[in-house]
Amino acid sequence: MNNTPQTRSVKDRLEAGLAARYRRERRFRLYGMLAIGLGMLFLALLFFSILSNGLPAFQQTYMQLQVNFDPRYVDPRGNGSPESLAAGDYGGLVKAALRERFPEVSGRREKRELYSIVSTGAAYQLRDMVKADPGLVGSTTRVWVPADDELDMLLKGHTSDLIEHAGQGIVSLVEDGDEVRLLSTSNDFSNILQAVKHDLSREADKVERKRDQLQDNLQAAQQQLERIEQAIQQARDERKDDARIARMEHQREDEQFRLEDYRQKMARAKSVLDDLRRRTETPGGQEALTKELPSYLVAVDGGLVKLTAVSNTEAIGRVLMPLQSQQDAAAGSWQILEYETPESSRRLKDNALAWAWDLQRKGQLEKRFNTTFFTAGDSREPELAGIRGAVVGSFYTLVVTLLLSFPIGVSAAVYLEEYAPKNRWTDLIEVNINNLAAVPSIVFGLLGLAVFINFFGLPRSAPLVGGLVLTLMTLPTIIIASRAALKSVPPSIREAALGVGASRIQMMTHHVLPLAMPGMLTGTIIGMAQALGETAPLLMIGMVAFIVDIPGGFTDPATALPVQIYLWADSPERAFVERTSAAIIVLLGFLIIMNLLAVMLRKKFERRW
Amino acid sequence: MSNSFSQGQAAVVEGVEVPVAVDKHAEIERSQTETVGEYRVADPRMTCRDVDVFYSGSQAIYNVSLDIGKNEVISMIGPSGCGKSTFLRCLNRMNDTIDGCKVAGSIQLDGRNIYDKSMDVVPLRARVGMVFQKPNPFPKTLYENVAYGPRIHGIADNKAHLDHIVETSMRKAGLWEEVKDRLDQPGTGLSGGQQQRLCIARAIAVEPEVILMDEPCSALDPIATAKIEELIDELRENYTIAIVTHSMQQAARVSQRTAYFHLGKLIEVGETDQIFTQPRHKLTEDYITGRFG
Repeated sequence: MNNTPQTRSVKDRLEAGLAARYRRERRFRLYGMLAIGLGMLFLALLFFSILSNGLPAFQQTYMQLQVNFDPRYVDPRGNGSPESLAAGDYGGLVKAALRERFPEVSGRREKRELYSIVSTGAAYQLRDMVKADPGLVGSTTRVWVPADDELDMLLKGHTSDLIEHAGQGIVSLVEDGDEVRLLSTSNDFSNILQAVKHDLSREADKVERKRDQLQDNLQAAQQQLERIEQAIQQARDERKDDARIARMEHQREDEQFRLEDYRQKMARAKSVLDDLRRRTETPGGQEALTKELPSYLVAVDGGLVKLTAVSNTEAIGRVLMPLQSQQDAAAGSWQILEYETPESSRRLKDNALAWAWDLQRKGQLEKRFNTTFFTAGDSREPELAGIRGAVVGSFYTLVVTLLLSFPIGVSAAVYLEEYAPKNRWTDLIEVNINNLAAVPSIVFGLLGLAVFINFFGLPRSAPLVGGLVLTLMTLPTIIIASRAALKSVPPSIREAALGVGASRIQMMTHHVLPLAMPGMLTGTIIGMAQALGETAPLLMIGMVAFIVDIPGGFTDPATALPVQIYLWADSPERAFVERTSAAIIVLLGFLIIMNLLAVMLRKKFERRW
Repeated sequence: MSNSFSQGQAAVVEGVEVPVAVDKHAEIERSQTETVGEYRVADPRMTCRDVDVFYSGSQAIYNVSLDIGKNEVISMIGPSGCGKSTFLRCLNRMNDTIDGCKVAGSIQLDGRNIYDKSMDVVPLRARVGMVFQKPNPFPKTLYENVAYGPRIHGIADNKAHLDHIVETSMRKAGLWEEVKDRLDQPGTGLSGGQQQRLCIARAIAVEPEVILMDEPCSALDPIATAKIEELIDELRENYTIAIVTHSMQQAARVSQRTAYFHLGKLIEVGETDQIFTQPRHKLTEDYITGRFG
């Protein structure tokens, strides 16, 4: 054992450094795990947000109506001919059915609100029913029609948060014409009063803040006015030209205007504030439940009463759903439904809430699987909108892309790999192909617009043009993947084929291409998956139009799934928010399937030489 | 320079005793570059005259002239990098596949220069077949491997004829008995020795006149090697075989003529017996007795 100072220090140094090395490795592993964890976290967040937004869209609210196929509406010419049936007033049928269901609705405005709870597509549904079966004329049947998207949102809980308070005391009621007085033995109504006063005081705080803001604005405006006055005076003293003075006087007028405006606003705010403070500071008394406050509906005796005023002891309300009786209701047999979003902030008014409540109670309003989403094309009405048009458009586009890019890409790769001489030109081509793979896709859209649509005159918004543009985009991907696949075929196979006397083409087609095919297919599938998700180039060539019909061929105007998502994301209706996410789920589903296919293909055909 | 391994002593080459003994010293000095020995034969199958091969400008073969006789086995030996594989590949124009490779001189098969513009390389490679160093069967069935050549050249009239060709070739290659009931299995599923015999069957399925073998046994174990050498001996009856080999015992066992290459030049050529017992060029003697190589 050689124990010289030399070897000992080496050994010691080794051991001393060992701890640091292990620490470094542990840290490195930790960073790696953190990075992966972060990635998985974002992925989980993405999926969670998309799924939670989108899954409700796969359900649609339907309403059951008793429809009387009255020949007066359905058969205007009275002869039962198909033309007559097609020209019938099916909207009127729907309205009649609604009036029959809710006979207590009167007044033109309320009737209009009633008619709006059913989708406009219901009329078309009825017409299709009669067209398919003219024997329906004159009969009365129960039909499930799609409800309006606002009702759909109500059932999915987006219209307002609802808190149900079970009635604590015994309630007695007295009907007095249109009004109802309710008295409770417990503090149900005083609770409401307190809640109302609380809301009012929050409102008062807001108004106060606004008033303070106005105060600041007022002061600033006053100072500005003074400055302008001084400037005008100065200009007069210095005998500046009239034009300039006139301009400054104009400015002064503007400022005075503004000042006056602020003063008025302040006065208004002050009066509102005073009123609110008075109401909140005095305990008791009666508060009117205006539409800026949450809605309180009382479900009692089989009916629904909307409270219009409340005090510590009693509440006054208007009947929305007729009461079966006027009996006292025991504790727990009646409820107060508090809709937190005030009526002024939502699109569904309280009477619509009452109708929905009644329909749901009687099992005539329910959520069902949303087949329309998969069978219908785009529509302005969310409850009638579907992705079928977009999916068919995407399908046609991808077919064109595949049919063009695969042969061209593979042929180009074979030529570049096998036949092209190795000189400057081929180097240039190779560099360009690699560059093209990195070009932003919208540039291809511009190219498509300029060349295919303007120069060649192809129809705008057609899958043919979309496919051509996407071909240009995926070609570099396929060429690069195919070349890599070709390079991976060992030269021994080529030599063996040549040695037996195969010609170059025979060697390529009989031996090399079949062996390189899995790699080429994988590249193609990945390229197709990319093309499926591309939006920018399609926007440029006009596939952003609002297309309702399902495209029938390659030259019909169409849209693509990612473009549809973009269009829906732009729409204001709340129901389109969830449909956008649902369409994203469908798109992601396709992409995952295609990529899985690519991975499975690769694994299956992996060869060991 | 005294040669301590001469005079009846067996030389030790590659760790194994060489069963030959140089019993007479070489006389021709190392500096002589002209080929020693008779490179011509009467009634040759292929003739090569003044062949030069260049790889992207740098010369690899210098002015080699050699005849390959009918139904003989000629082996080409030499140290690594001496150009024997390059020369072999010239004979069926496999060097065409290498970029920047230029061949000058004349190589004639049955009187026609194979590098002539009018010569189609495809039938040439059917007449001059090749077996490579590492067995490279096609990743297809055994049947397909052997049937591919006849099929693309249109040799078979019908399926029955093709079947017959496949069976005959495999019998000639000594493979038939072993695989006749699993012809639809992939060619890559055989052992190394069987694969090489499959490659030989594939080569002879197209009825070549010459078979070129580039170190066919270097990737095989001794038993498989012995089988292949036996096969070469049998094939000699019907085919001309040119074999490049690193192993001198193999050359001694298998060939009738031997050509010794050194640094791109053909140093000496002659009957195998003579080369291994009485080499005339000193370089040849150095190689055979194990001084280098």
